Amino acid sequence: MGKYIVRRILQMIPVVLGATFIIFAMVFALPGDPTAGKCGDRPCSPEYVAAFREEHNLNDPLPVQYGKYLGKFVQGDLGTNYYGIPVKEDLAKRYTITGRLALMAIVFEIVIGILAGVLAGVRKGRFIDNLVTVSTLFVISIPVFVIGVLLQYQFGIKWGLVPATVPSLEAPTSSLILPAFVLGSISIAYVARLTRTNLVENLRADYVRTAVAKGLTKRRAVGVHTLRNSLIPVVTYIGADFGGLLGGAIVTERIFNIQGVGGYIWKGINSRDGVAVVSTVTVLVIVYLLVNLLVDLLYGVLDPRISHE
Amino acid sequence: MRGTTRTVAVAGISAAALLLAGCGGGGNEDNGDTTTGTAAKTGGAITVRGCNPENPLVAGNTSETCGGNVLDIVTAKLVEYNVETAAPENDIAESIETTDNQTFTVKLKKDYKFHDGTVVKAKNFVDAWNYTAYGPNAQQGSYFFEPIEGYADLQSEDPDGAEGPVKAPEPKAKEMTGLKVVDDTTFTIKTAEKVSNLPVRLGYTAFAPQPDAFFADPKTFGDKPIGAGPYKLDAWTKNAEIKLTKFADYSGKTKGNLDTITFKIYQDSNAAYADVQANQLDVTDEVPASAQIDEKYKTDLPDRNLQKPVGVIQTITTAPAKVDPNYGPEIRKAISMAINREAIIKAIFNGTREPATGWVSPVVDGYKADVCGEFCKFDPAKAKEQLAKAGGFKGGKMTLSYNADASHKEWTEATCNSIKQALGVDCVATPVVDFSTFRTQIGEGKMKGMFRTGWQMDYPSIENFLAPLYGTGASSNDSEYSNPDFDAKLKEAAAATDAAESNKLYQEAEAIIAKDMVTIPLWYSTTTMGWSDKVTNVKVTPFGVPDYASISLK
Repeated sequence: MGKYIVRRILQMIPVVLGATFIIFAMVFALPGDPTAGKCGDRPCSPEYVAAFREEHNLNDPLPVQYGKYLGKFVQGDLGTNYYGIPVKEDLAKRYTITGRLALMAIVFEIVIGILAGVLAGVRKGRFIDNLVTVSTLFVISIPVFVIGVLLQYQFGIKWGLVPATVPSLEAPTSSLILPAFVLGSISIAYVARLTRTNLVENLRADYVRTAVAKGLTKRRAVGVHTLRNSLIPVVTYIGADFGGLLGGAIVTERIFNIQGVGGYIWKGINSRDGVAVVSTVTVLVIVYLLVNLLVDLLYGVLDPRISHE
Repeated sequence: MRGTTRTVAVAGISAAALLLAGCGGGGNEDNGDTTTGTAAKTGGAITVRGCNPENPLVAGNTSETCGGNVLDIVTAKLVEYNVETAAPENDIAESIETTDNQTFTVKLKKDYKFHDGTVVKAKNFVDAWNYTAYGPNAQQGSYFFEPIEGYADLQSEDPDGAEGPVKAPEPKAKEMTGLKVVDDTTFTIKTAEKVSNLPVRLGYTAFAPQPDAFFADPKTFGDKPIGAGPYKLDAWTKNAEIKLTKFADYSGKTKGNLDTITFKIYQDSNAAYADVQANQLDVTDEVPASAQIDEKYKTDLPDRNLQKPVGVIQTITTAPAKVDPNYGPEIRKAISMAINREAIIKAIFNGTREPATGWVSPVVDGYKADVCGEFCKFDPAKAKEQLAKAGGFKGGKMTLSYNADASHKEWTEATCNSIKQALGVDCVATPVVDFSTFRTQIGEGKMKGMFRTGWQMDYPSIENFLAPLYGTGASSNDSEYSNPDFDAKLKEAAAATDAAESNKLYQEAEAIIAKDMVTIPLWYSTTTMGWSDKVTNVKVTPFGVPDYASISLK
């Protein structure tokens, strides 16, 4: 087990290096001039552009720029973005808030999604099953910004139950409940459907019939034996989804004015801010890899036949 | 969970307590200085919409609105602009006198102080201006000082261009010869050529004085700027908020009513609007398009909204003849007559623009209506006739380019449609990935056909809508227009000592632009604002910015 983890972590190093270089090259290859939007609706003066390019190493060829970046990166210095704000400081704050948001969304997925899936799977064909199937279809087919704006209007503006937007970077958890629910809404529906389908499938399996025939209660047959097997695809989905929620929360972040990771990447790409984009995405890549490792380890727990010894 | 609930309750109570304290403490004081003359309540705290400043907050290095809105109330300038009329009025200046439009003597009031307690002296102006103008300091506001004598000596040309390996040599001088400190409260400005509207320009943020602390460390100064304005910057939490508190020692006449103003940073105007509706934000200076539809904001925020024209004009510019020869002056006139401005404004902008009848915004001194005349009136028959007279369009199909990262798609398509129907020439609205690429293509002469251009004034003068846009070699002359008659007229107008005479000459210059149809005027922008039911007395300046100092709590 320990050996497996070490090997996996060592494998991550080339992946991270490769990813940073590809992203760096991609941002570098984008057309456009990073200073063009800096001076309002007019072009910047040549002096300003020259000083700006000098400060951000933009006059060097790509490999040199990448080398300079990597040299600093290894020492833990992520540089400053084009707004003059240190990326490390910025990222720490932004990952904190987006991380909290994504974790809360995952909690919603697990609690609501799996519960709804189990209820529907166990009572297949009955009212609750139809309710879950239809309502999840409904959620999946609505774009997330519609759900977001609608809930914001109802709960935040009309009824005033929760703040309409998130007040600050150190937002209280209560103000994140609504955005987290919106962020997780579509995934909740997928988790519910995934759980239901797998459960229904496994309930027909021979080993369940045997277990029931041997006198196990239905609760035990479903809860201990079937559910564990059915959860493997769900865990895979949730693991991959966590990374997606971190980087892809941009719509939710804009609606609720959360200064998070998604908006940072978007802004960075728009202003050709290579340093900011690469650092943010690198952290995302690392999170993806770690979560994937965690998911692989969880397989072993859920199904002892999948072992990493 | 219990812990969280409790903190919310406590926060709620303390906010209410603060509000009560704000009312009790400041409620009895009358402020006779407000421009309306009504007794406004002083004290209290509000939050207003802000956005992320593009650069550190240095007065000479900020030309976009996110940072500019904050700096505008943090700094005091020689003159300020009247909120209603945009007319310049003395602020720090006791007097600005000239007899020949070339040598100006500026006398300062003695009692102005910076936020760090030091007195505002003549030297603070002269040093700040020299710093901003000095080429190697690479300040964005540098071009404002171009008229001052000796400006050219502070610049240096890079011998092999910005991309080349050789660095630009050091400029000849560090100080403009046209600026002289006479004593602590007097200095003189000598311009290279006659400039009739110099006093009008001096109210722009780039002309703000800088305290000694700035020159000691310009780099870190931008995080916590010190000015002499009615509010001082208390704390700037990056990406979250900028907090300003009232400066007790401000001795100008537009003292602020509120104790604190917090700029809360939003990425999206929809979020800010939602917060105003929920009374969590007090003022938003941007009402999103979704709320403009059928004037929805008027029912969302009854009696808490306002719409006013501002000094912004949208135009269509055509590529210089050497880049694209198919869009001559006569063709441009035909195109202009083929655009149904009223219909587009109604359909796309929900009436939030005003059809342009010239090249100068109606909010400025010297504006003359209807300079464009019949060429800015929609008339498909005449447009077709004009096109035939000009020899027809030879470029195949017309293109109208726009930057796709902002909402320009709808109106450019509608405009093209209008042209297509009136002229019978195919017109395609062409997106360019984003603003930076768009500007780069124009700057490098790679943009063909028509493209959108906008201009937001720097100072409220007719000159600002003409010289920087159409003067030979001017900084924002995207069509590379060059006409000696026009340049001569500008020069003549700048020399006129009488303001009315000067304006008249500028209007004649504008008539030359009309004759050549240099760009196609589309519409003037208006600004729409909304506020919560906590605040009152919200006014908007001709720049489209809320007049933060006059806002007060109910």
